[in-house]
Amino acid sequence: MSTKHKNRYMYAERNMWTGILFGFGFVAFIDEAVFHQLLHWHHFYDKSTTDIGLVSDGLFHAFSFFATIGSSFLLADLHRRHAFWLKRWLGGIFLGAGAFQLYDGIIQHKWMNLHQIRYGVDILPYDLVWNISATIMIVIGIFLLYSTRQRAKADPYAY
Amino acid sequence: MHTSNLVQVILVTPFLLAFILYLTAVIVSNRNKKQWPIYRIVLWIVGILSATITVIGPLAQQMHTNFSAHMIGHLLLGMLAPLFIALAAPMTLILRTLPVPLARNITYVLRSWPLQILHHPITASILNVGGLWLLYTTELFHMMHQNMLLYVTIHFHVFLAGYLFTISIIYIDPSPNRKSYMFRSVIFFIALSGHAILSKYIYANPPVGVTKAEAELGGMIMYYGGDAIEVGLICILFYQWYKHSRFRGQTNLQSYEKGGFHIKHNPENYTVVGTDIEEVKRLNANSGMSYKELNEWFAKKVKSETTGITGQQSKNNGEV
Repeated sequence: MSTKHKNRYMYAERNMWTGILFGFGFVAFIDEAVFHQLLHWHHFYDKSTTDIGLVSDGLFHAFSFFATIGSSFLLADLHRRHAFWLKRWLGGIFLGAGAFQLYDGIIQHKWMNLHQIRYGVDILPYDLVWNISATIMIVIGIFLLYSTRQRAKADPYAY
Repeated sequence: MHTSNLVQVILVTPFLLAFILYLTAVIVSNRNKKQWPIYRIVLWIVGILSATITVIGPLAQQMHTNFSAHMIGHLLLGMLAPLFIALAAPMTLILRTLPVPLARNITYVLRSWPLQILHHPITASILNVGGLWLLYTTELFHMMHQNMLLYVTIHFHVFLAGYLFTISIIYIDPSPNRKSYMFRSVIFFIALSGHAILSKYIYANPPVGVTKAEAELGGMIMYYGGDAIEVGLICILFYQWYKHSRFRGQTNLQSYEKGGFHIKHNPENYTVVGTDIEEVKRLNANSGMSYKELNEWFAKKVKSETTGITGQQSKNNGEV
């Protein structure tokens, strides 16, 4: 077996986490850049925002920086170790992106009333598209992670 | 309130003194040591400038009446200036300039437990972000502009707490009792969240004496301006991790190749013999010993420490 595959299997977990963090940070970035700054659909602050919503927003806002920058360095590290596994990394991205979008759509928008996707329109179709696309991303992510895990498990060195 | 000249002088003097001391130390130590890097001098100048313009001059005057200007000043004095000043490695410069016995005494002081507690990421975060919460959510902000002593104290506190926080997260100068990257990242992340939450809190709840429109703009400046500086700090933290973690990878791979276990929770960046090469290199970079001398010294040390291991390995190879 080539060294490349051995390294991949050895760093299977790290490939996944690098992807999850990157997917998470990427969605947070899209949220900020597109929905807050370009479209102005989201609001910086909504009168109905709860205290817990404010705390949650702060935590996720800060974490998204860590996730994006940290996962980029982790990615460089995987390449340095010749252990990068594209399929598993992508699986992580889909899972991380979907999970954050679902959290944002269900918990932050609906339960904590942080802000809505858009104001002055019928919100239901927006919420549906938002949360269904999040669920699809999670399913794709889990599928990719599962199939790569099976491959890694078949390798005697892997776990 | 129009700041009296006295207040401006009191606030600007320490920065001016520090500025002159740093340049003097560079000139003195360059005479018999390796050239002190130019980029560190530039960082020092920019750092001192960022702090100075918030305590003296037009911006300092604006800060009293205009909340947005106050926020920009807060970002400069409490975040940007400390970052640049930390990157200028003033402690390394002082230690290499002073005579060895004196420098050693200073390191004893730095290692003392009160300073260790201050330098702990949790203490530094509480002093830094906690201080800001106290300032903006109580009467303190309003009182600051009435009372000269309070004004001076708070400005020094903002700068010192910002500096303390910066050096508790990224290690540029010699820092005894280091914390792991994971630990520092977690504390940093919580402190960052505290900053972001406070920004939105200010947006929604203007401090006493600040109008709603001013607070909204100020809150957004604090939120996004803070982000910009924090991104720089996070990049430095992870870059340091990236450089340090190189050796661990090789060690893991070696043990993996042997078909054995791989050490998952190896504490950071050590070689097979448990020596932190990067750290040794870094600490010695300015101590007068050349890189080559250090390597020779290090090679000798490693050899004497690992005679047992190397002996075993060659024996194994022989059998194969």
